[in-house]
Amino acid sequence: MAAKLRAPGLLRAGVLTLVGIAFAAILDLTVRAATNAEPLVNGEAITLVALLAAPFFFLGGLGAFDEWLYWASGKPSRPEDHSGHGATSWKDYFRVNTDHKVIGVQYVVTSFFFMLVGGLLAMLVRAELAAPGAQFVDPNTYNGLFSVHASLMIFLFIIPVFAGMANYVLPLMIGAPDMAFPRLNALSFWMLPIAGVMMTLSFFAPGGSFATGWTAYAPLSTEVPMGQMFFTIGVQFAGASSIATALNFLVTIITMRAPGMSFWRMPLLVWANFATSLLVVIATPFVAASQLFVLLDYALGFNFFNVERGGDVLMYQHVFWFYSHPAVYIMMLPGFGIISEVLAVKSRKPIFGYRMMAFSLLAIVLLGFTVWAHHMFVSGMQPWIRVPMMITTAIIAVPTGIKIFSWLATIWRGVLHLDTPMLWSLGFITMFVLGGISGVMLAIIPIDIHVSDTYFVVAHIHYVLYGGSVFTIFAGIYYWFPKMTGRMFDERLGKVHFWMTFVSFNLTFAPMHLIGVQGMPRRVADYTEQFAGWNMLISLASFLLGLSTLVFVYNVVASWRGGTRAEANPWRAMTLEWQVSSPPPIFNFDAVPTVVGGPYEYGVPGAVHGVFRPAGQPDPHAKEPAGASARADAAGATHHGGTET
Amino acid sequence: MGSEQVKTSRESRIELFKMLGIGAVASVIGIIAGLAIDWFPIQASEEAKQIDSLWDLLLGVSVPVFVLVQAIVLYCVWKFRVRPGEEDKDGPPIHGDTKIEMIWTAIPAIILLVLCVYAYLVLEDIEGAKADTMDVRVVGEQFTWTFYYPGEDGKEIASKELYLPVNRSISFDVQTKDVLHDFWVPAFRMKIDAVPGTTQHVRATPTREGTYPVVCAELCGLGHAVMRQNARVVSGAAFETWLKEQPGKTNPGATAGNQGSAGQPAGLSGKELFTSVQPTCSSCHTLADAGSNSSTGPNLDDALEGKSEEYIRQGILEPDQQIAAGFSAGIMPPNYDETLKPEEVDALVKYLAKVTK
Repeated sequence: MAAKLRAPGLLRAGVLTLVGIAFAAILDLTVRAATNAEPLVNGEAITLVALLAAPFFFLGGLGAFDEWLYWASGKPSRPEDHSGHGATSWKDYFRVNTDHKVIGVQYVVTSFFFMLVGGLLAMLVRAELAAPGAQFVDPNTYNGLFSVHASLMIFLFIIPVFAGMANYVLPLMIGAPDMAFPRLNALSFWMLPIAGVMMTLSFFAPGGSFATGWTAYAPLSTEVPMGQMFFTIGVQFAGASSIATALNFLVTIITMRAPGMSFWRMPLLVWANFATSLLVVIATPFVAASQLFVLLDYALGFNFFNVERGGDVLMYQHVFWFYSHPAVYIMMLPGFGIISEVLAVKSRKPIFGYRMMAFSLLAIVLLGFTVWAHHMFVSGMQPWIRVPMMITTAIIAVPTGIKIFSWLATIWRGVLHLDTPMLWSLGFITMFVLGGISGVMLAIIPIDIHVSDTYFVVAHIHYVLYGGSVFTIFAGIYYWFPKMTGRMFDERLGKVHFWMTFVSFNLTFAPMHLIGVQGMPRRVADYTEQFAGWNMLISLASFLLGLSTLVFVYNVVASWRGGTRAEANPWRAMTLEWQVSSPPPIFNFDAVPTVVGGPYEYGVPGAVHGVFRPAGQPDPHAKEPAGASARADAAGATHHGGTET
Repeated sequence: MGSEQVKTSRESRIELFKMLGIGAVASVIGIIAGLAIDWFPIQASEEAKQIDSLWDLLLGVSVPVFVLVQAIVLYCVWKFRVRPGEEDKDGPPIHGDTKIEMIWTAIPAIILLVLCVYAYLVLEDIEGAKADTMDVRVVGEQFTWTFYYPGEDGKEIASKELYLPVNRSISFDVQTKDVLHDFWVPAFRMKIDAVPGTTQHVRATPTREGTYPVVCAELCGLGHAVMRQNARVVSGAAFETWLKEQPGKTNPGATAGNQGSAGQPAGLSGKELFTSVQPTCSSCHTLADAGSNSSTGPNLDDALEGKSEEYIRQGILEPDQQIAAGFSAGIMPPNYDETLKPEEVDALVKYLAKVTK
């Protein structure tokens, strides 16, 4: 028992979490006693300190800091023997695992868990909104439902699920054995459930969960009950996780590409994650700061946002949106990468305008930092700021348009395999373009003055984040499912899932454009009779949308357990992750691959993206189809190596 | 090889034109359908006219873009999907075309810039200063609006209803006593946040007589959804009459009480008061007798059951003295002692005591 307690793992983590709470209580009591605070025992204060401190004890107990602590304390640090790599049972997913493939699966499964929680909250929101007046929740609970829904979907689903998929496939795609910093990678993942559990548990806080929307505008957020702090502090952990992962991606992409993998030979998914990581590293500290201000205002009376004491309310919105607009691209660019992979493979054609695709990603990164105040056209900021922000917001549609047109040119005259990943990709293009158009409309200041803070905005963000991001997530999950699990999914159920979602998604969100323009404000539990008919339809459609997700859950669970075995390269794709077995070997490549060409040379006779021998040696299989050649090499596991830089 | 390429490029061009033709027809249908939809609430201001026609212009530009993308996707699915026997076939290795890429970068950029310039002109127009403007001070608080008009001797006239003369430019000076609110009259299409510590400005020129909702559009707490009042646009003469009837006191209470003469006829029954006093009791409280079912505040059927008239009176006039379980202080407007006349309070108390016995 004692040995079990000393070993890193969930048991030690649980015990140390309790120690952390006790530590928080003692620290709080000591400070309060020293400063003669009244009353001495303040439950809220103890909870607040515990929210900050206990997660570090939890991570320590889990073993996330062990190696670093050994090193820091001068003990002999253990050279990495890779014994922590891989997973042989489900238990291996519940420990600090440094294998990027295990971490990728941990990320994806955790994200989908919180997606189901967030989706359930959305169902409750729609149940309340099915008819005017109060149905079954009070306004405080209602405000909590949509606030936690948005926070979970953004911080615990869309952002991390992309990080998870990239974690799994990105090192494989660039021919690397793992991420650059495996221990940091593990730490990044384990900060995520902390944030998710914290936000979800806020419903049990005194006074209810945080109920000020995911935007948490001050001064409302500094005056409400302490459930707000579960968001404020939760975001710190989700944000830290994001930043650490983004740094990891950047270093991995810059330093760990296989020989021959120049930047202009990288698959667009890698480019997309490179661009996203730049956004995350630069922008995410701003949301952490905005919430830190709220925390200090709430807990210690800093009065950042108290105008009577010289505070400035608009400052919150500027700092918040300086992250939260780029965040929209953080939630979209990795999806662009996925779509490029799927469309090229499923159309059997090279990506049209590969370099422009990469440049447009970088253009979005740059422009993405110049548009934040379009969320504030009616906020009362300096009026002149609105005009340049309108122009940059409209112009950012140009690189986005380049991507859409290039995808259309890619499928043009291809040989289209209309299976599940392809359906989701085409569905993405058709839906995302609508989100883009309503985005341009919102950029037009006179229109925005009328529709901001209405259901038109709700419709817009769901077309961007659901019809956009979530469709790409499903495309990616189906596309890499065989690689990640070694099993094929049920194609028929995949199509049922797509069509159910596609139809109910449109029935749910398209009418919101109309009721928004007609004057229904967002974030209300009650509305006038005039909107009753549409809201009933929206609620019914949203329940169907909820059910469609269950089809997906059943499909992946059943297929993972008992699907047919997947071959190494069921899609005949050229990128490197498909040239190794499904799932890949524990260290990814038995032989270091050498990249000799572009990643999408479909239709080019004899073209190969990567070979498993040093560059410069004659290729005896040059005349064979690309996939076959590389597959034969992978299967043969011929060790050449020696060219790694 | 050469002739084959010519053939495929000609075939390809025919395909392209066929598709563009389908797209053009679909765009026209789409634009007509888009314009036929009754998007907006009633148009009751000068600004609304301009914003609505800007919207129509945007629809005219957006629909073809949307239809073009859908048409290409559907055409590709129909024309280029894999046929039996083609399972191992690849498409032609086309890597790009600089000319086409330049075109689809430049054209959207030009369209978007033109739209921005046009939108800027509209913005200048709707926000520009107008002659003969009247100032109305709008003050938001959790969860009610109060409107102040300039009276004689610099004294302000307060009202719970927004009375406005038709065809006169109004400049709203928007303030808040607590958190962020947003003053929005959907029929005017104009809105602006009420920001603590500042006075924000928004203009509108009502052009149509009638009663329109005033809505709070920025989440401001538990009563956000019910922070709704009315804007009454009346003729210039009727407005002057109404304004003269309002005694020029800085105390909003007495004036709002006098509203009876213009807004609410005096001598309403308790039940009528329950659903008409602004903000209405019924928008937050459930009361079976009045048919209301909101849960922003306590359910009065339960909370007042068997309570004394004195208890009920205190609940109305000093709402934070007695807080029902599960609710917090500061949600119910604290100024009913100002906005209600004493006899109205009496009528409400008697009515509530009767129906909750």
